Amino acid sequence: MKPSPLRIHRPTTVDETLDLLAARGDTGKILAGGQSLVPVLNMRLAAPSDLIDITSVAGIDDLEVSGADGSEEICVGASVTHRRVERSADVTRANPLLGEALRFVAHPAVRNRGTTVGSIAHADPNGEMPMVLALTGGRIEARSRRGERTLDAEELNIGPLETSLESDELITRAIFPALPAGSRTGFDELARRSGDYALAGVGMILDVDGETVTGLRCGFVSVTDVPDILDLGEAVSGAELGDASTVAATVAEAVRDFIDPGGDIHASADYRRHLAGVIASRLFRRLCRSDGSSGRGDARGASGRGEDSLVGATGDDTESRRA
Amino acid sequence: MTEDIGTEPTSNIRLAVNGTLHELEVPDRKLLSDVLRQDLELTGTHVGCEHGVCGACTVQLDGEPVRSCLMFAVTAQGHEITTVEGIGDDPENPSDVQQAFIDCHGLQCGFCTPGFVTTIDAYIDENPNPTEEEAREAVSGNLCRCTGYQNIVSAVCRAAELRAEGASQ
Ligand SMILES: Cc1cc2nc3c(=O)[nH]c(=O)nc-3n(C[C@H](O)[C@H](O)[C@H](O)COP(=O)(O)OP(=O)(O)OC[C@H]3O[C@@H](n4cnc5c(N)ncnc54)[C@H](O)[C@@H]3O)c2cc1C
Ligand code: FES
Ligand code: FES
Repeated sequence: MKPSPLRIHRPTTVDETLDLLAARGDTGKILAGGQSLVPVLNMRLAAPSDLIDITSVAGIDDLEVSGADGSEEICVGASVTHRRVERSADVTRANPLLGEALRFVAHPAVRNRGTTVGSIAHADPNGEMPMVLALTGGRIEARSRRGERTLDAEELNIGPLETSLESDELITRAIFPALPAGSRTGFDELARRSGDYALAGVGMILDVDGETVTGLRCGFVSVTDVPDILDLGEAVSGAELGDASTVAATVAEAVRDFIDPGGDIHASADYRRHLAGVIASRLFRRLCRSDGSSGRGDARGASGRGEDSLVGATGDDTESRRA
Repeated sequence: MTEDIGTEPTSNIRLAVNGTLHELEVPDRKLLSDVLRQDLELTGTHVGCEHGVCGACTVQLDGEPVRSCLMFAVTAQGHEITTVEGIGDDPENPSDVQQAFIDCHGLQCGFCTPGFVTTIDAYIDENPNPTEEEAREAVSGNLCRCTGYQNIVSAVCRAAELRAEGASQ
């Protein structure tokens, strides 16, 4: 199947882009990497009359880590690909969660075209980037002929695949704060195949003072409608890192209570809820063990193995494999 | 819904494919995969799913693998496109990756093969000495319905060897 007839515009400046959007906002769509939009067009789930390709627009292609100490931030321009963000050592240093979660976004061939800002604009509850923006307290800047505004994740995300952006607005960049030194971060998910959208995924930021836990926040992929954040600071503060196993059970239970997953052909709601709890528990124990932000993708670790069963309500035993 | 194909938006475009510049007129909605196959008759690029999942249509854009079914040909202007024909289209003189597929019996029906070749060709530049585990991950974005993955994984490692030998000669 092919997209229905449409016209493609290739503006080279932000002003031109905003004019095109103002003129065609309702029937036009921004085309960034096309990795979410083109499948939708190929399947004819949408039929916009005009596409505004922003990949040649000047001034929205910068990837910068600026500021110092507490105020350090990562600015990701609208046409910056996932791959560029993933390959930036500065980004990974400033906000390890971003780099870690990016490696779970599809495959390199998709990340070579797909943009991090496009992912946030698309607001798919199965997407990793909207969750990372919310969990790390990031924001986006949007421009239209009517002016400029800044929205944090909570203001932006209003439902699955739905944001509070107006049809004439362009997100010019996303800003992810650097994480404070000493915070430990991790992300893990389970998918049916490497690179697929997750059945369930969890991101975590754990704050530690010496051997004592001082804060914990969790974000979710594929098990909440919008990237809601669960703050478990009160529940776990004061716990010692050495007590990780006991505290992990509390964390898993809180996660299961908090989320409200849907079921589909791939996994029932109960199974997704179970998976999210298992992933959260393993991730928490991994973060308690490690002395900083950890490597990607294996929440199971040595001591995690066998302590929780991945076999949930459906008897499935899916597990994630990412290198 | 009726479509007035006769008057739909078209553009005159310039596409750099396998080192040759082509000038042609295409409907704006035409996917790069279809322009490669139908307009340029480069039918090595295969089309399986048309939504980015199977990898059969993978080409290199400025040396990096991308899905040609998820790009409009209009937006590929200004980039260098390499299809499987650009990697090697002479059976007497296959590229290192193609030779590795022959050596390791990495193909059965061959439908998925062009997408694997373009993917692996770019990958071993980035990782010249992959472990088997890394090789497996590198091809995980491409589907083979004949499920010849064991041999394809071997072909990734073999291709890396052949490239290293080629470089040292
Ligand atoms: C096979 C496959 C697997 C995938 N797996 C995953 C996965 O596991 N996790 C994941 O998160 N994603 C996944 N993706 C999606 C991918 O990450 C995309 O890169 C991303 O969702 C959208 O980015 P894009 O630049 O391609 O946006 P596009 O597809 O170009 O646009 C997406 C939407 O956002 C709008 N938009 C884009 N940019 C802007 C802007 N600057 N301002 C306002 N609106 C804008 C568009 O109008 C459109 O509605 C997958 C895609 C494929 C094809
Ligand atoms: S045809 Fe393009 S990925 Fe399947
Ligand atoms: S060899 Fe037949 S699909 Fe891969």
